[in-house]
Amino acid sequence: MDREPCISVRLFSDPKLLAPIRAFIDALSKNIGFSEKSRGLLALAVDEALANVIRHGYSERTDGLIWLNIWRLSDPLGLRIVLEDLGRSVDPSLIKGRDLADIRPGGLGVHIIKETMTESKWEARPGGGMRLTLVKLLAPEERESSSPSQSENYTP
Amino acid sequence: MTQELTIAQSSVAGATVLRPGGDIDMSCAPSVRKAVAAVMRDRPARLVLDLSAVMYMDSSGIATLVEALQQSMRNKMKFVLVGVNPQVRSALEITKLLSMFTIAATLEDATKK
Repeated sequence: MDREPCISVRLFSDPKLLAPIRAFIDALSKNIGFSEKSRGLLALAVDEALANVIRHGYSERTDGLIWLNIWRLSDPLGLRIVLEDLGRSVDPSLIKGRDLADIRPGGLGVHIIKETMTESKWEARPGGGMRLTLVKLLAPEERESSSPSQSENYTP
Repeated sequence: MTQELTIAQSSVAGATVLRPGGDIDMSCAPSVRKAVAAVMRDRPARLVLDLSAVMYMDSSGIATLVEALQQSMRNKMKFVLVGVNPQVRSALEITKLLSMFTIAATLEDATKK
């Protein structure tokens, strides 16, 4: 990535911060032109990603650091969200959604992220921890209804 | 900072009704799980989970629903959801769990379905 993010947030691995981050993602994606359904899915994916970091990366410690960097994409229109942490690293090839035919609680977060985002990529972060890159592009019908003035607000 | 979760319990037409209010995410799903487990211990014939005051649910909440469903099947109880909003429905669809649940349109239907 060759440009600075338009928004950077540093937060602690506290589950009580999930709700305000969802509200923030919803407001940002609304401004870019995502539909209500897409905004809900985007907020859900980011929530699941943060919950995975809190649960698995930091073993539910509430004082771990998480960085949320967001880029507005203009061609095509969308968002790139990068989450980084200093928690436990895992082999990215082991991060898989589970078989949904197996009806049991738990293990659904990765599946939700992969299903809702245009792209999702986990990698070990240089220096420790993990990095997750999420990309969500506007659907063609969202692009048509998105006015230029909406997207200009987030041009860095 | 985050909306406080509330859980109300009532009895409607012989069914036990649990009505959580607020977002159900990682921070408060354990409270819902605990409330559902407490009701399950009394083995009511029918448990209705009224989600009409739940605006948001993530996979922690969905896991709670799956646990409740499995427990109800073991106990031969009816477990019915009502008031499922589009966000919750969408999360259940993505995880291919929507068809596993009995979903009623109204609380009255939920006590009969």
